[in-house]
Amino acid sequence: MAEEIDQQVYDDLIAQGKSERVATAKAKAAAVRQQKQQQAAEEPAQQAQPAASSPPAGDGGQAGGQAAATMAEAGVMTPEQRQERVRQALQAKQGETGGQAGEKAPSAKFAGQEHTHRLLAMVPPSGIQQIRGKQEDKVYTWPHLISSEFIALMAVTAGLTVMAVFVNAPLLALANPTNTPNPSKAPWYFMGLQELLLYFHPMVAGVTIPTVMLVGLAAVPYVDRNPSRRPENRKTIIVAFTVFMVFWAVLVMVGSFFRGPGLNWVWPWVDGLWFAL
Amino acid sequence: MSRIPNADDVKKGVQDNVIWKSIFRPGSIYRKGYRDTSRDRALAAMNNVLYHLHPVKVKRHGLKLSYTYCLGGTSFFLFILLTVTGIFLMFFYTPAAGSGSEIAYADMQDLSAAVPFGSFVRNMHRWAAHLMTLTVFLHMARVFYHGAYKPPREFNWIVGIVLLLLTLLLAFTGYLLPWDQLALWAVSVGTDMMGYTPVFGDQVQFVLLGGVQIGPETLLRWYVLHVLALPFVLTIFLAVHFWRIRKDGGISGPL
Repeated sequence: MAEEIDQQVYDDLIAQGKSERVATAKAKAAAVRQQKQQQAAEEPAQQAQPAASSPPAGDGGQAGGQAAATMAEAGVMTPEQRQERVRQALQAKQGETGGQAGEKAPSAKFAGQEHTHRLLAMVPPSGIQQIRGKQEDKVYTWPHLISSEFIALMAVTAGLTVMAVFVNAPLLALANPTNTPNPSKAPWYFMGLQELLLYFHPMVAGVTIPTVMLVGLAAVPYVDRNPSRRPENRKTIIVAFTVFMVFWAVLVMVGSFFRGPGLNWVWPWVDGLWFAL
Repeated sequence: MSRIPNADDVKKGVQDNVIWKSIFRPGSIYRKGYRDTSRDRALAAMNNVLYHLHPVKVKRHGLKLSYTYCLGGTSFFLFILLTVTGIFLMFFYTPAAGSGSEIAYADMQDLSAAVPFGSFVRNMHRWAAHLMTLTVFLHMARVFYHGAYKPPREFNWIVGIVLLLLTLLLAFTGYLLPWDQLALWAVSVGTDMMGYTPVFGDQVQFVLLGGVQIGPETLLRWYVLHVLALPFVLTIFLAVHFWRIRKDGGISGPL
């Protein structure tokens, strides 16, 4: 098969001064192309063949006759030829079922049966459960998620163990209500509020602001009605939240590291730290 | 017995008996005959107590560390770690103070000096507490930036805010228990502010302190809050939080 080449193409290319290698390759390719074209032309004819019992126009109608039509002719049948072929095929079928009349033929198969189908139930369209979820890219929790969670908790435990071995939790002198240390600082997570105490009345800094903050945070999903979760569609609220977080982080940092005795401003690298965890 | 049992014989003996089979349900990786097939992977999740937390399958993008940073899971794990270390500390601590009977502070000194691993466990409890406060904050930020509070997850965001508040209260009540100068005065700064609550300021402060200023009654009150009342409430909200995660369709996203 692979040896077949198109001799004419080969000769032409040699005459054009191409090398033998190129000419052989192109001639082979041409031969393969020709073969494929031939096959493509044969296929529709072959498909038509089993059904086609029609003789070519000149042969005269012989019912159920041999497929005498050549492939080329089957590919280009006229409408009249097609109708003739169908008529002959139907005649042949009636012959098989005992030559009954044309209208009776379809029901002959069910002769003697009282019902041809049975109604089991009527189902209204609304009664069919419709599942609208779309296929999602999912993986098995075990082992994929569980193993990564296990690694994460091992890492946290390892980090905490190292910290606990090398850094001791502070324990100062016994509590003494009559001896106020200078400065007295809240735990770091309340340091932002303590910093605000320097600027506002205690009721504002200690009660109003934290309450407004908590209620405001809880109200976020009901205030932000933007349905999109994509960052590019929610720039405003992302900027607002980031400003809020940075503002608190700065307050906590300032309160923790930049406030010394009397809660006055200090530079931690000059005056030292007044901070305990 | 003519030959020495090898590892497979031992494994078979351990796994192939009624007690082992009664403990590990079908699909457990510890049960005899576990194979790494889709069916057994599904059963391993479904027939495990962790099925309360995780469904059989999860969205692939949720596995990426850069999506969750494991912050919620780490917070929950720290809560468990804090419970375990906290129970250990409770064995050696008495919430009693007052002139002439400074038992709480004496217990703290003993914990560091005399109790085996006392100092280590106390350190771990304290650092884990600070870390948990941080991870809960960061978890909230992560959820915000992913817009994961949007429908249908609005209510779970509120539950999360309650959990944040409870975490802060747990950290704050625990801060008083060592009964040293740091504890007393750090807590004073906070409780002084409560007195400025409009209308009921004095009453709020009185109930929380068990008196007009921080004293032995405050210590007992905050101890009970710290080891019993607040963890109880937090556990209930945690259960709701986890349940809603699954009911609201698992992890949010992809973006």
